[in-house]
Amino acid sequence: MDAESLLLSLELAAGSGQGLSPDRRAALLTSLLLVKRDYRYDRVLFWGRILGIVADYYIAQGLVEDQLAPRKTLYSLNCMEWSLLPPATEEMAAQVAVVKGRFMGDPSHEYEHTEFQKTTAEGEKTFEEDVVVHIKEETRLVSVIDQIDKAVAIIPRGALFKTPFGPVNVNRTFEGLPLSEARKLSSYFHFREPVGLKNKTLLEKADLDPSLDFLDSLEYDIPKGSWSIQMERGNSLVVLRSLLWPGLTFFHSPRTRNHGYIYVGTGEKNMDLPFML
Amino acid sequence: MEDSTSLGQETENQQLGEAARPGEEEAAAPPRDPGPQSSGPWEAERAPDAAEPRPGSSRTRSPGSRGRAAGHGAVSPPPPQPRKPLRALARQDLGAAQQPDGAVSGAPDAGTALPDPLGLSTDEKASASGSQSREDTSPPTQQYRSSSTHSQPKELRTGNAQGEDPEPGASETAPSTLEIAVQNAKGYLFQASSKTGLNLYDHLSNVLTKIFDERPENAVDIIENISQKVKMAHFSKKLDTLQNENEMLPTYEIAERQKALFLQGHLEGADQELEDEIAENSLPNVMESAFYFEQAGLGLGTDETYRIFLALKQLTDTHPVQRCRFWGKILGLEMNYIVAEVEIREGEDEEEVEEEDVAEAEERYNGESEADKDEEDELPKSFYKPPQAIPKEESRTGANKYVYFVCNEPGRPWVKLPSVTPAQIVTARKIKKFFTGRLDAPIVSYPPFPGNESNYLRAQIARISAGTHVSPLGFYQFGEEEGEEEEDVESGRDSFEENPDFEGIQVIDLVESLSNWVHHVQHILPQGRCTWFNPIPKHEEEEEEDEEKEEEKGEEPDYVEQEVGPPLLTPISEDLEIQNIPAWTTRLSSSLIPQYATAVLRSNLWPGAYAFSTGKKFENFYVGWGCKYSVDNYTPPVPPPVYQEYSSGPEITEMDDPSVEEEQAFRAAQEATELASQDNEESGEDDDDDN
Repeated sequence: MDAESLLLSLELAAGSGQGLSPDRRAALLTSLLLVKRDYRYDRVLFWGRILGIVADYYIAQGLVEDQLAPRKTLYSLNCMEWSLLPPATEEMAAQVAVVKGRFMGDPSHEYEHTEFQKTTAEGEKTFEEDVVVHIKEETRLVSVIDQIDKAVAIIPRGALFKTPFGPVNVNRTFEGLPLSEARKLSSYFHFREPVGLKNKTLLEKADLDPSLDFLDSLEYDIPKGSWSIQMERGNSLVVLRSLLWPGLTFFHSPRTRNHGYIYVGTGEKNMDLPFML
Repeated sequence: MEDSTSLGQETENQQLGEAARPGEEEAAAPPRDPGPQSSGPWEAERAPDAAEPRPGSSRTRSPGSRGRAAGHGAVSPPPPQPRKPLRALARQDLGAAQQPDGAVSGAPDAGTALPDPLGLSTDEKASASGSQSREDTSPPTQQYRSSSTHSQPKELRTGNAQGEDPEPGASETAPSTLEIAVQNAKGYLFQASSKTGLNLYDHLSNVLTKIFDERPENAVDIIENISQKVKMAHFSKKLDTLQNENEMLPTYEIAERQKALFLQGHLEGADQELEDEIAENSLPNVMESAFYFEQAGLGLGTDETYRIFLALKQLTDTHPVQRCRFWGKILGLEMNYIVAEVEIREGEDEEEVEEEDVAEAEERYNGESEADKDEEDELPKSFYKPPQAIPKEESRTGANKYVYFVCNEPGRPWVKLPSVTPAQIVTARKIKKFFTGRLDAPIVSYPPFPGNESNYLRAQIARISAGTHVSPLGFYQFGEEEGEEEEDVESGRDSFEENPDFEGIQVIDLVESLSNWVHHVQHILPQGRCTWFNPIPKHEEEEEEDEEKEEEKGEEPDYVEQEVGPPLLTPISEDLEIQNIPAWTTRLSSSLIPQYATAVLRSNLWPGAYAFSTGKKFENFYVGWGCKYSVDNYTPPVPPPVYQEYSSGPEITEMDDPSVEEEQAFRAAQEATELASQDNEESGEDDDDDN
């Protein structure tokens, strides 16, 4: 959610029960402004909160002019002092995939993971060794945020538009989805570089508006049914909750510009989803 | 053509509406758009017309708005002939952009009947285009006319006032080549699209109108969108009336329902009643707890909480409620559940309980009758006897201590959940499902869940309550008569009361030590009950081996080991860890101002379960998906082992048929001995068969 409209956004997203305490809210309103100034971001998003056992991570993201350009991620434990996280890499994701369980809330905490490794010694004997791998929680944090962003960060159709030269800008004339569209998953797009768009057939692409439909829509998300879409407050608010990453709430009030998403959760993917539907 | 004119009128009306607002501003706007709405320019225009007959006559022949624009041009000092049309063209757009303004001021002049000027203009236009013998202009004329109607009447009047009847033929030779080029260009703009019937001229003027009306910043950046929107306005207009009404219906419906919530206070007006009500208040102070939870960064938002508050009031007013509590909210796929925990007043719920018992008895009866039917049909009868069902706990005890009401949204009716049976709890532990939000939805799972979603919801509520309802140590104490109950080993102490002498615990202590918190809801045993039920003594005559399939430990046929759970009011520090993850996380709500902070407890076992305490007050709350946390992925239980094959013996093994030689040898032997043993008889039968 946009840091500028934080209060309204929090109120709209409150249906999932997770919000911010007044002192955190006040702190964010102050500190995110400074973040925007110091890091020279065009836009600052309050991304959410990852619940740890000892402490929670508060995450913010900074965007430059081009909305799809790689985002800078910052975290804070007290909502005041923000630290920049390194960009996520594939390597990190592979490394972190073995970690299970909850976040601790201490970026320097190290998870231990024992791996079997086959080493071939000189005598052509293979030894099986237990190698203890240490994985820093910060690495995991980076990777999880990146995964969540790629999987479930979403925007309504039309909120961004692609200029003919490539960069993606915020659509100033976006006036919200009409009610009839707001209930369809096809009206929401993944807020990331499109992946599945290239694989579409020409026939499917024929109806797309190149300046608006340049992102992947949620319609074909796998597994099917990984979103819960609800109309709240008597149709005046659409709320999408991700079931794949429980804790992610997206809200949009139709016919207004208000939209955004917030993640408040444990930072664990719901691998049991196929059983639960 | 009818369509296009009506469309034009529509847009005109719309523009009228739009223009009514900015019209005043326009007048004060830059001097270059004085606009034809003021009477001044019109006079001015007329004047040069009269003064210069030659250009005037050529102008009246030209289409309306162009003529008007040319009139503008004439206001300025007469420029050299070739330049003039260029400027006129440039102004034309301005003039067109001013159309709505013109329409505003023009409407009273032109009279209220709009179609009339339209008709007039049609004639004029037809003659004009006909005279110019330009074929490409003729299709768009309709379009053009319809939208430029506003300016036409005046132009006509101007012409009429001068008493001039345009003679097309006479002025045909008058315009220079440049002017013809301009006319051509304009004609091109008027060309209607073969697909949509729109023309660029109108579109551009509409776009400009919109821009001037709204005056967005950096308009050039968003001109594409504006253009798109103007086009879209053509289509959305007609559909709106039908669609919107339908779509808004649910909105109104819920608003209407919630209105009833807000009005319920007014209906019972008498002061006395009010006093009584306040005296025997069963309503919890939801807002207060919501305030404390908000300190912890948790809550549904003030607005929704208040509506829930009202809904709870409605619940307590309409049901005989002794005590009521806002239990929490369970998220579902389609709708959510708001759960209220209620203690029904003594004696009021008896008949309902009986009803349920009757229903259950009926179920049993049905099961039996089915079995009877089977016998009648002489179908093979199953020897399987289901394990003896563990009876559910009486209401007011164990897992059925409270009654739960749910509703999807505040204002919708409260639905009472059925009481939970041990079998449901046992199965609920083995499955992991999302709620849909519909109480009657079936639960498709393995192992099959006995009941629908309302039962599953109830079972999960019971489990969550048992796992996460905690209170500060000492807030509750065991009742006085508890000594006697202690003798009853099976049940343990299951009743408690509020400790009147509770003095509160320091918030810091609550945060620092988990042993200052205790469970005040009974632990549910693996059996699915809070108090252990021994299935054997009552049913000694029944087969023992079938019993207690659900039992995890007790497989001994004669004696089932009693399950013991932690007693009531056990400190939560004794809760089991979830693979090195502590079961609870404590937090001070604010580190900035710790003096007034509250202690917040977060369950790691049931994500979404929270408790707060200010030392004296406490409350529990749940908001989440209603699923238990596990580090490892969920694996459905394996199907039960395959039954043993029927043990093979001689009576079911197939024997080789004897060969002819064997038979003959056998027959010989038989004849020889003439003594038939049991086996021989059998083989003799075989012989008979063979023969």
